Amino acid sequence: MFDEGRRRKERGQDVVIVATQRDVTPDVAEIVSGIEVIPLVDGAIDLVALFRRHPEVCLIDELANDNPPGSRNRQRWQDLQELLDRGISVITAVNLQHIREQQDAVEHVTGKRAPQSVPEEFLKEADEIEVVDAPPEILLDRTGNSRIPDARQLAELRELALLLAADVVDSQLQTYLDSHGVAARWGAQERILVCLTPHSNAAEMLRSGYRNALRFHGALLAACVEQENLRPKDREKLEQHLARARELGAEVHCLKGADFVETLLDFAREQRITQLFLGHTGSEQRFAFQRSPVDRLIEAAEDFDLRLFPHQGDQ
Amino acid sequence: MSEPQLKIYLGYAAGVGKTYRMLEEAQAMRQKGADIVIGYFEPHGRKETIAKTEGLELIPRRVAAYGGTNFEEMDTEAILRRKPAVALVDEFAHTNVPGSKNLKRWQDVQELLAAGIDVLTTMNVQHLESLNDQVWHVTGVRVRETVPDWVVDEAAEIVLVDLTPRALRNRIERGVVYAPEKAKRAMENFFAEANLGALREMAMRHTAHEVEERLAVPEPARASTRHERILICLTSRPSSANLIRRGKRVADYLQADCLALHVCIPSERDPETVERHLSFARNLRIQTHTMKAEDIPRAITEFARAEKVTQIFMGRGLPRPVWKRFSESVVQQVVRLARDMQITIVAERRR
Repeated sequence: MFDEGRRRKERGQDVVIVATQRDVTPDVAEIVSGIEVIPLVDGAIDLVALFRRHPEVCLIDELANDNPPGSRNRQRWQDLQELLDRGISVITAVNLQHIREQQDAVEHVTGKRAPQSVPEEFLKEADEIEVVDAPPEILLDRTGNSRIPDARQLAELRELALLLAADVVDSQLQTYLDSHGVAARWGAQERILVCLTPHSNAAEMLRSGYRNALRFHGALLAACVEQENLRPKDREKLEQHLARARELGAEVHCLKGADFVETLLDFAREQRITQLFLGHTGSEQRFAFQRSPVDRLIEAAEDFDLRLFPHQGDQ
Repeated sequence: MSEPQLKIYLGYAAGVGKTYRMLEEAQAMRQKGADIVIGYFEPHGRKETIAKTEGLELIPRRVAAYGGTNFEEMDTEAILRRKPAVALVDEFAHTNVPGSKNLKRWQDVQELLAAGIDVLTTMNVQHLESLNDQVWHVTGVRVRETVPDWVVDEAAEIVLVDLTPRALRNRIERGVVYAPEKAKRAMENFFAEANLGALREMAMRHTAHEVEERLAVPEPARASTRHERILICLTSRPSSANLIRRGKRVADYLQADCLALHVCIPSERDPETVERHLSFARNLRIQTHTMKAEDIPRAITEFARAEKVTQIFMGRGLPRPVWKRFSESVVQQVVRLARDMQITIVAERRR
């Protein structure tokens, strides 16, 4: 972060430093010594001084800090919001453990929970986000032997941070595509749609969908196409399937449409689906000139893989 | 002595700073007294990067003549003779000039590793074989230089080198990455903001995947989870390459076995193409089989049953004229015959 500040200053931007960590490494100290500092007052950003000075760019470390009691804002990220509102750019840094929506996952890995936090929304609204990635060995070197973190825990945190960044990048990419009128395309993330009917082997399909979504870090969706005149027994089965899908964390949709295949295809395109899961056709003999929904989907499915599942008892 | 280690600096485009990060680490290692050399370095005329090589021993490149032009390549033999503890090798996905001992630089790197030399190297996510179709679909660019996934999977460490697309585009505009006339073209094509965003997301997700693989988390122990075996059905159609990559990618992610089968009818028109697809599959470490049969759907289904396959991967086949739709295609027949198996019909991603 400070290196970027240094490079921006060299390119002629008006850069000031507002907050650093208490102990900085010698290379950071060297950069800090070459840039104007607007010091903290009692550990809080001096907003009044900054508004008066009105630099182009502020470097502010430790985004998740709490302000002392009696400050204008309770938390530092709220101060940043005010700077941004006044047209001052901010470069800041934050660790995964301080992102509010990630704290349960982090606690699950480390057994600890940081007291301060920043809402994930604040990250998503940033103009730019950059991952600072390093394998655990480097971190171990830098922190010295005072407390040796568990390499496995670090790797798990690293994975969470990368996935969070990927999600932020994905949502920013969507915003960009939408605002530029570019149609959504087959993207960087796997999106799996499980299509459920009363006779689907829902347990197997959802299990497989869940596992695929988990392994690919993709999204899991489940949908049914509403049919009128469904027998009460079948409706009940379908409801059970959908409930199971919700339990697994799938995003569940009930689609309305006259034609099963068209309805499903429209939804799959709109949702940028990459894999569609469907049961094999029912076993009754069909006439040669009748194309089953599966046949029609095979012919129409251009942008996604179609995976067919055996019905219960057929396997 | 521990195994020689490969470390890959992974980026999503030229200019994100992979080489710079690699050199930074090399300098830190040198200061700690490591015996480290630069085996191959591509300066691209970038001043800050070139400055970072100061004090590092450089193994001169070898000159290879081809078609009346001289090309410079990494001198693998010279590095092996010098035998440092660590070698830096830029541009892992590079294809060597014809006539070189190895076709690809990653194969040269394998030789260095086999000789006990640790290697630091750089590559972009779009050079991963399994992502080739996805990258083409997103960017419209068919990347020719690829590295098989197993080579990357065997690396000890993958580090993501990240930069925001805006910062990257600024660097390109300032002429840091390319010469001006090339920069303008690059910005309109591959380096369009949406392309960069998608590639960057792929690099992040892939690094997360590699980190997870190295954690070696055992699959959630669940008695009902069958061991998956994936069968890829090859034909002479060009889309078979896409099918192989897709099937292999799913198999890798699910930690499943992966097999490929080609059933040839006596009148096979294009045996060379089929052989090329089979050899491509073998390169990706897929076990391949061929058999002769008149009834292709039946042969596929029977093979799958005998091999205890849990999932069949097939291409969609050519779009069929309306008058032919009364008869069943091969895919439709397999779907009917193998109702007890999972069948995946792979999309032919088009742009």
